[in-house]
Amino acid sequence: MKRWLADPLIWTGLALVLLVIFMPALKPLFAVLFPDQDRPLFEQDSFINLTLAHIGLVAASSAISIVVGVTLALFVTRPAGREFRPLVETVVATGQTFPPVAVLAVAVPLIGFGAMPALIALALYGLLPVTEATVAAIEQVPAGAREAARGIGMSPAGRLRQIELPLAAPVILAGIRTSVIINIGTAAIASTVGAKTLGLPIIIGLSGFNTAYVVQGAIVVGLLAVVTDLAFDRLGGLLDRWKRDDVAASA
Amino acid sequence: MITFEHVGKTYGDWTAIEDLSLHIPKGEFCVLIGPSGSGKTTTLKMINRLIEHDRGRILFEGAEIRSFAPEQLRRRMGYAIQSIGLFPHWTVEENIGAVPRLLGWPKSRIRDRVTELLGLLALEPERFRDRYPRHLSGGQQQRVGVARALAADPAVLLMDEPFGALDPVTRDTLQAEMLRIHKASGTTIVLVTHDIDEAIRLGSRIVILDHGRIVQSGSPREILAKPASDFVADFVGREDIGIKLLSIERVGDRMRPGEMAEGEPIAADASLRHALSIFVARGIDRLPVVDQSGTVAGAIRLTDLTGAAP
Ligand SMILES: Nc1ncnc2c1ncn2[C@@H]1O[C@H](COP(=O)(O)OP(=O)(O)OP(=O)(O)O)[C@@H](O)[C@H]1O
Ligand SMILES: [Mg+2]
Repeated sequence: MKRWLADPLIWTGLALVLLVIFMPALKPLFAVLFPDQDRPLFEQDSFINLTLAHIGLVAASSAISIVVGVTLALFVTRPAGREFRPLVETVVATGQTFPPVAVLAVAVPLIGFGAMPALIALALYGLLPVTEATVAAIEQVPAGAREAARGIGMSPAGRLRQIELPLAAPVILAGIRTSVIINIGTAAIASTVGAKTLGLPIIIGLSGFNTAYVVQGAIVVGLLAVVTDLAFDRLGGLLDRWKRDDVAASA
Repeated sequence: MITFEHVGKTYGDWTAIEDLSLHIPKGEFCVLIGPSGSGKTTTLKMINRLIEHDRGRILFEGAEIRSFAPEQLRRRMGYAIQSIGLFPHWTVEENIGAVPRLLGWPKSRIRDRVTELLGLLALEPERFRDRYPRHLSGGQQQRVGVARALAADPAVLLMDEPFGALDPVTRDTLQAEMLRIHKASGTTIVLVTHDIDEAIRLGSRIVILDHGRIVQSGSPREILAKPASDFVADFVGREDIGIKLLSIERVGDRMRPGEMAEGEPIAADASLRHALSIFVARGIDRLPVVDQSGTVAGAIRLTDLTGAAP
């Protein structure tokens, strides 16, 4: 059972952790790669702090996107909320039409600098993929299964919990995945309004013509996105076991 | 068991059901039939309140159906539909056990009931119990759908074109199984179909609907022998009425006990239609009849096929 050895999630995850912890040890390497720079390593803050702050911001904003997005989608797919569906879809889609930089720019004069405007901008930005996917996911639940669930006497709450949500889960998860991955990238831009994220070395590097900073920030953000994506992939595999062909092989 | 009293249903300004009165006694196999859009599905779904009627009263075991909570009412009525609607993320066992679980049966009792039902519907329990619906053929899925509807021993079984999407051979087998189950359990069944042969074969009573009204209701024999209108005569297939009448009678009912005849015998429980087919194909006018054990019990003559039953 050495299957984990060939698991890309383990390897990329390990690479991310080691890179973040031992970034300072790579200073000589960056000195060789970028010989023109006096400061070949970003040292204003540790990469451990930046990464944790980045993850914290994405986690908090995604949690908001998921809770609000799934709730909105479930509401507009109930008989009681059906009328609100066009309204919700328009508002949520508009939220994503604005470039995140613009949302941040609008948020600053209203809320000030720091993590708060970043959190709000990211949460708004991540809302669309979650809402859209959840509406689509609920809608692709087979009509026959829906009718049968009603016909055999399941309550509305029971139908949602036992039939609709489990059948919708893989598609909802795909929406959450898109939302989180987008926000991992977008969170980097949030450094422009004073939120501490992995975007800090990138932005300082860009404004100070220090390519080494840019590379360091970008690699960690990229790796973080890859690891997260692989983790979602793993999670998705657990949700639709019934779709696989090998599951019933014992029968 | 179920009584409709002057029931009506209107969708917008379209009257789907008009002044419908019908009594379905306990143990009846009632088949609703009629052209597309005649209101069969609407009538069926009004029974378990998937559709709410807007005029008249519907009674279930003497009580108005509105006096029950819809979920409680539905758990006492089995429900099987053409699209089957198995829950794809549940195994066969979980699907069949759905209503018993809702009713809070203990696990071991559910398991035993599932085993019993799989056997009843000719699915080997150990082979099928843990399968997911996507690993079943259409006919097997419909069997599981019927088993799910029967799981909690419902007082009434409601079925909307349950065999409509199946191939003729599978449909034929499942019809035979339904007849056997009805005979064994005595469950009241209301089945919707648009197939007159299915109605004749299954129904102890056939209710013919047109434009949301009952145009005739009676046993298959009554409907075939005395169609109430040209519409009914056309609907049951005017030219074939005689043949269809032969198909609902058994050779055993018209045979002459003790009489002898030459040739390959026919079974006593074969239909008169089958007998006619043999008379014509072999060019003969009498046939030996054997009972279930295979011993000769008598004979039947071509002339016995016509006239009133003895
Ligand atoms: N939700 C609805 N809104 C409006 N009209 C409806 C609705 N449901 C059914 N109808 C109409 O009511 C009539 C009866 O429909 P119903 O589904 O009972 O027919 P049916 O006899 O089951 O037909 P089929 O054999 O095609 O299934 C049809 O004309 C149909 O268009
Ligand atoms: Mg119908």
